[in-house]
Amino acid sequence: MYWDKKMETLKTADLKEIQLKRLKKTLKQVQNVGFYQKKLADAGINPSSIKTLDDITKIPFTKKQDLRDGYPFGFFAVPMKQIVRIHTTSGTTGKPTVVGYTRNDLDAWSDLIARNMTMVGITADDIFQNMVNYGMFTGGLGFHYGAEKIGMTVIPSATGNTKRQLEMMHDFGVTTIHCTPSYAMHLSEVAEENHVSLGSLKTGLFGAEPWSESTRKMLENRLGITAYDSYGLSELFGPGVAFECQERDGLHIWHDCYLVEIIDPQTGEHVADGEHGELVVTPLVKEAMPLLRYRTGDVTMLMEDGCLCRRGKKIARITGRSDDMLVIRGINVFPSQIEHVLLKIPEVGNQFMVYIDKINHLDEMTVEVEINREYFSGELADLANLQRKVVKELRDALELRTTVKLVEPGSLPRFEGKAKRVIDRREKE
Amino acid sequence: MDTHNYIIRQISIFSENRPGRLAAIAHALGEEKINILAFSIAEANGFGVVRALVDNPEKAHNKLQALGFNIAFTDVIAVKMKDQPGGLYEVAKILGDAGINIEYSYAYSGKDGAVLILRVDQVEDAIRKIRASGATLLERSVFH
Repeated sequence: MYWDKKMETLKTADLKEIQLKRLKKTLKQVQNVGFYQKKLADAGINPSSIKTLDDITKIPFTKKQDLRDGYPFGFFAVPMKQIVRIHTTSGTTGKPTVVGYTRNDLDAWSDLIARNMTMVGITADDIFQNMVNYGMFTGGLGFHYGAEKIGMTVIPSATGNTKRQLEMMHDFGVTTIHCTPSYAMHLSEVAEENHVSLGSLKTGLFGAEPWSESTRKMLENRLGITAYDSYGLSELFGPGVAFECQERDGLHIWHDCYLVEIIDPQTGEHVADGEHGELVVTPLVKEAMPLLRYRTGDVTMLMEDGCLCRRGKKIARITGRSDDMLVIRGINVFPSQIEHVLLKIPEVGNQFMVYIDKINHLDEMTVEVEINREYFSGELADLANLQRKVVKELRDALELRTTVKLVEPGSLPRFEGKAKRVIDRREKE
Repeated sequence: MDTHNYIIRQISIFSENRPGRLAAIAHALGEEKINILAFSIAEANGFGVVRALVDNPEKAHNKLQALGFNIAFTDVIAVKMKDQPGGLYEVAKILGDAGINIEYSYAYSGKDGAVLILRVDQVEDAIRKIRASGATLLERSVFH
């Protein structure tokens, strides 16, 4: 099934023509952004420099840090009057990255979600429970409007209260769910413990964090569903950038909307199809916040073989990151954010260690931090207050609950050269 | 009344809750021939504070600090109890009637009877009230 058969199955020559036309339009659109005016002028590029798609390699990359430096609205290419929504995503320190949408952007985005859901066989007859954060995170509203566009019955249940979620799934005859794969695992366990039967369920859409084939098998068995991998990032609208079709062998990325390059993260050079590298995307239909050669940090490859469904070239499931970003319960965390928080609390030292574990299928982050010798009063209550303070400050900055361990001064490892402060003990399947 | 004589210097040592930390503290004090007269551990979420009355708090402080421990002095007072059933009640009632709020306390029973060690928020006020109530406070010279 296709949502937009023409665009989803374009012949290569037609696709390239559309891509080039849209790339040129995007180059015009970025001229409204000070950062790009300067960047392109410095690189000696004007709109006429880009005559073919291959010319894109002349354009410098855009990095997440650039977006952060533009906080809050530095990358908006349209007047605020035309911005109809804002989402945010975690930045590397302190301030989040802000993304904005025009009405056309929201329409294009929900259209992509509709393509993805239709691709896996979901229709207006389906009842959809959307179990992700509905706030600043793009996953909630993104899927919500895409599903409504198809005409599904949407249950905006958001996160939390697993028993209530299961009750709704059962009582409302839910056929399709969207959540993080780790939450789905948790859900399946609570369902088993409470003997909740989920006979109506057919399809699970899982994204926002990497998950393995063995997790897929387990989820499918336990929930009685077919599970599909969903990929996206806020800078490229949100979820919906790429999605598995019913073959479930790689993700179709929407080439008419996203110009894809895979590079060697060290050299910035293109790698061949079938070789892993960092995904670099130039969105082709974004109005409010056009980007050029955006480095996603995600490691994947372009797959060589075509697909039975006749849609375009697929990317492999994301295998990791080319930077130090962590994904904890679907939330992006940079170690530098943790450092930033600790620097603001004089009662603790600046050394820290982060441990990530999977406990009952959910990511748990533990931060060890040294207490500052000068602030030790000898009172247990003061230490307990300090511990609570660090937990709260981390929660405010990361939007994530962490466990904080206070340790003795001087007890954490000191690093010469590149610090290895993060120990990820989650099982690599 | 000189309340100063009744204020005893407790050492408070921050310790992670993991095997061997108490042994490290005790070993260090033993090496310096410092005698521990009373002792308790308070624990919270993953860490604790070791509290001790020792015969030479300055020396203990210097030694443990040199070893990298986080250590502080805390003022406490010591009330004599009868080492017999009802002894604690007698003292606790006096404190309660005198309106003294206890932050924490621990006790030991030695050759000269039983002693209740108290950490209170208004230490000088507490000393006056306890003395006025007729209970016996131990002087700091008993310890160090």
